[in-house]
Amino acid sequence: MKTYLPPRYIVRRDEDRCIQCLVCENQCSFDVHQYDAGDDRVYARDDRCVACHRCVTFCPTSALGIGEYPLDFRANHNWRREAIEDVLKQAETGGVLLTGMGTDKGHRVYWDHLLLNASQVTNPSIDPLREPMETVTFLGRKPGAAEIDPATGALKTGMPPQVRLGLPVMFSAMSYGAISLNVQESLARAATELGTLWNTGEGGLHPKLRKYGDNTTVQVASGRFGVDAGYLNAGRIVEIKIGQGAKPGIGGHLPGEKVVEDVSRTRMIPMGTDALSPAPQHDIYSIEDLSQLVHALKEATHYTKPISVKIAAVHNSAAIASGMVRAGADIIVLDGLRGATGAAPKIIRDNVGIPIEVALAAVDTRLRQEGIRHLASLVVSGGIRNSGDVAKAIALGADAVNIGTAALVALGCRLCQQCHTGKCAWGICTSDPALTKRINPELGARRLVNLLRGWDHEIQEILGGLGVNAIESLRGNRLHLRGLGLTDMELDTLGVRMAGK
Amino acid sequence: MLNETSAEPREQTAGLNAGGMHYRQLNATLRDMVAGGAQRIEIKDVCGQRYIGTNLCAPLAIDLHGTPGNDLGAFMSGPRITVYGNAQDGCGNTMDDGRIVIHGHAGDVTGLSARGGKIFIRDDAGYRAGIHMKEYGARRPVVVIGGTAQDFLGEYMAGGVILLLGVTLEGSRAHDCDFVGTGMHGGAIYLRGTIDHARLGREVGVSDPDENDMLLIRSLVAEYAALFGRDEAELLQGGFVKLYPRWLRPYGNVYAY
Repeated sequence: MKTYLPPRYIVRRDEDRCIQCLVCENQCSFDVHQYDAGDDRVYARDDRCVACHRCVTFCPTSALGIGEYPLDFRANHNWRREAIEDVLKQAETGGVLLTGMGTDKGHRVYWDHLLLNASQVTNPSIDPLREPMETVTFLGRKPGAAEIDPATGALKTGMPPQVRLGLPVMFSAMSYGAISLNVQESLARAATELGTLWNTGEGGLHPKLRKYGDNTTVQVASGRFGVDAGYLNAGRIVEIKIGQGAKPGIGGHLPGEKVVEDVSRTRMIPMGTDALSPAPQHDIYSIEDLSQLVHALKEATHYTKPISVKIAAVHNSAAIASGMVRAGADIIVLDGLRGATGAAPKIIRDNVGIPIEVALAAVDTRLRQEGIRHLASLVVSGGIRNSGDVAKAIALGADAVNIGTAALVALGCRLCQQCHTGKCAWGICTSDPALTKRINPELGARRLVNLLRGWDHEIQEILGGLGVNAIESLRGNRLHLRGLGLTDMELDTLGVRMAGK
Repeated sequence: MLNETSAEPREQTAGLNAGGMHYRQLNATLRDMVAGGAQRIEIKDVCGQRYIGTNLCAPLAIDLHGTPGNDLGAFMSGPRITVYGNAQDGCGNTMDDGRIVIHGHAGDVTGLSARGGKIFIRDDAGYRAGIHMKEYGARRPVVVIGGTAQDFLGEYMAGGVILLLGVTLEGSRAHDCDFVGTGMHGGAIYLRGTIDHARLGREVGVSDPDENDMLLIRSLVAEYAALFGRDEAELLQGGFVKLYPRWLRPYGNVYAY
């Protein structure tokens, strides 16, 4: 069938600068650049370009540029370019439109409407360059009260298992198979160096990464891939994945092309079959069932590890979170509307779920009202872009955040949203051996450590400016926040006052 | 090996009464007993305690008298459990290795996501048995159900073997379950008796077992007959039906890029 889809991007090549070195042809995994020996020129197939910028980055003479294809669709507020293109794609294939990464739609980003406070005159600010500033966070269930033995001064209250984070930022769950082993190793090494955690996702734990176990969250999801007693005990936290912000209520299908030998062994499924993760976990149809799995995992790990439960942020997250805490979850992970994915139906990614900011505020408020907030730590993800977002999330009530997209961007990702094709030119979201070599775990870890060292320092600056010297003093303290450009109902839902009030 | 002794180690049997015990206490006691070298443990008065056998990664034998609770042998890797009574839900959940033998019925989600080991149920299983079982190389989980099962048997099945012997069926010997093998993309289900094809998932193919299938069926029937004192020859009478996945990638064509 002839496609009616116009090219999305255009490749501009400065012929004066181009030296026909073919770096672009070699780097492009979408076969855009093609050298014609007869003409001694490199030509581009614009229709294949996804704007991942790999060629632009590696062109030694800066001869390349990528732009939006210069095609003005007839102005129509309802039928804009994307709506027309999506209809054409489906008319030509009859399929569910797949996409990767987080939604690119203009849902309100509440972080951008929240502002942090700072000390002036009445409360001195603190300079973190000269004074100690505490960003250490402990995840896990906390006792309702602490009893001290007056004779010895020792803590008498039994403490449930706690996990110490050097800074309140962890890496989101990204499975081996969705991302490459080199990317997972980059995350694992960086987490180890920073004293935080990376997360296996649901694709099992490759033997090569077992040594990073103390800085690993191992995930148990509906596919139960690679789950056995050794796996459960290899990590520091065991996480039950119920849902994901990019695709609430939807299972996962890792396409057979990505199930290569090593992925197949780690997931324990035959090569080349689709790795299907059912939408629900078929032993969890209720809070009571969730409680059963939480405690099965506690039994399986001798009560030595916190059990985390991850859900997508949806309309009734607050009530669900209350049930999760009562079911025995030691950590609750909320993943918001803007969370990313290696593959999801576009219509789900862009239309299902709620932003993390409002879900976080609702859950924290509800757990406080019920007097059970201390029974679980609250971790949020889905749209954390910088340390400002981290600080605002903590002020809204989070104990820590997970970053996925930000970490991948640090490794080169340009959000071209082609993860589901397995052709990632940056070698991130692919299992093609030639492409995965593009990530060097040592250099990858360096980039990630640099990023989070920068964030950590910025968080310390924010705390110092607020006049506090510990992240604990910011946690859940919404008086440090003000809203700007929000309605009364939005301010009420977020539990913050209007700027100036 | 140095200092290898030639004497056969005597199997140490330990007894335990679980009456009134919370599961956490029971399982901690079991772990201590295994650490102390117990190789066979007999537990009386089991009444609803969950997770028995979870995280006992040793090749020991456990005999249970009474009714063990949900998630019997969840994540289990190694032990051989025999239940003299019925099992409840989630028996063999994400089981890795070992064997569970049930002299009675089993509840829902039996063998969910199992990736190794064997489960033998003398009578019937509940809903969603063998969902998303998988296999890799020589590791191939097996669920043998003497009677029949309820709906969603083998849904999303990615590997392994389920065998239904239909001994509890009467009259037409038709298995009375819907949505069998929906989303199946690996493994095999064998039925003694019949099933209305309209009650199978659309991803399921139906055939007569070939000689290799019959070899497997005969060996599993022999094991079942020996465990429960049944007549092997009688169990092999009557035709078997094989249910298999029509595609390795049932949803490969659902998507557009």
